[in-house]
Amino acid sequence: MKSRKSELLVGIFVVLTIAAGLMLALKVANDSMSSSTDTYTLYAKFDNIGGLKVRSAVKVGGVTVGRVDNITLSKNDFTPVVEMSISTEFSEFPETSSVSILTSGLLGEQYVGFQPGFVIDGIENLAQGDYIEDTKSALVLEDLIGQFLFSSNDD
Amino acid sequence: MNWLITIGAATIERFSLFGRATLMLIGAILAKPQPVKMFPLLIKQIHVVGVQSLLIIVVSGLFIGMVMALQGYTILVGYGAEGSLGPMVALSLLRELGPVVTALLFAGRAGSALTAEIGLMKATEQLSSLEMMAVDPLRRVISPRLWAGIISMPMLALLFSAIGILGGHMVGVDWLGVDAGSYWSIMQSTVDWDKDVINGVIKSVVFAFVITWIATFKGYDSIPTSEGISKATTETVVYSSLTVLALDFILTALMFGIE
Repeated sequence: MKSRKSELLVGIFVVLTIAAGLMLALKVANDSMSSSTDTYTLYAKFDNIGGLKVRSAVKVGGVTVGRVDNITLSKNDFTPVVEMSISTEFSEFPETSSVSILTSGLLGEQYVGFQPGFVIDGIENLAQGDYIEDTKSALVLEDLIGQFLFSSNDD
Repeated sequence: MNWLITIGAATIERFSLFGRATLMLIGAILAKPQPVKMFPLLIKQIHVVGVQSLLIIVVSGLFIGMVMALQGYTILVGYGAEGSLGPMVALSLLRELGPVVTALLFAGRAGSALTAEIGLMKATEQLSSLEMMAVDPLRRVISPRLWAGIISMPMLALLFSAIGILGGHMVGVDWLGVDAGSYWSIMQSTVDWDKDVINGVIKSVVFAFVITWIATFKGYDSIPTSEGISKATTETVVYSSLTVLALDFILTALMFGIE
């Protein structure tokens, strides 16, 4: 019976570990927006991306619809190109949509804010590989202060 | 000339020690597997090495999570950032404290016991008797213990992290009044399954391998006297703790250092 008892305890040990692993997977780590879901790729050119990083969120009205996949510098005009993968669940954005780089909270992370445009006849939806034309760059604190000083000198 | 002889002797001694350890490892791990015979032995060793370490792991995980929440809260609340308590507790547990503290406790709780047990088997000539009966002691004695350590320590580390996060929840949310929703949701948006959880598991597998290797080898290679066994047991704890801490730095640099 001794070995039966140790087998039982080892079984309990294994079940406990699986429970801990499940808890870590479901409650602690967020795996829902990983590459396992189908995505399509959109591009956007910005003048300045500020502190945007790979894996930053792409949000529509606060809801995360995708992630930043890659950030490169365009070889032609030396502007940053942000590559975003958007979940195919949200595939009906019109071409008039715009993106801007926003900050969550005063000191929070930067993310891509996506504003869907109006749906008018003759405007197609954004598809795999499209560039979003209407972009607004990140606010850089030094530029803001510079503009403020410049405008107050005018008075 | 004498100092040259000293250096040479010390070098040969180090290399032959490492060679003996590697031979033992090859004999124990690469031996032809005999699942039917080995499985009950393995279960018994997982019971001794893993299940009996559960209590110390669970209690220390709980208290480490609780004290981290307490310390982190007093610092974070000064910046109005106590919502970030969840990711702070979870990331430090999953990436560092889970694998490392479990490894140190495991070296003290299970590693020393393995060395003493195998050393005493050698001193009372049980290992030689096994060989007399044409049973390979490497496969019969060392191999199940080695595998049991490698299997159970990552499980213990996972439990340690999970219990620690719950302990942090107890102190942070139930006692200090951090919002439960932000504790979990900011944790979820920060912790990455592959980058944080899996890397922590990889760390603990490496640590488990090193600790059980050192522990079984120190026992197998000990001088079969009471003094020799006591020396081997001490060396197991000291060497495996130092190796774990040094390896942790290297693994952390490889996993999280270069972005």
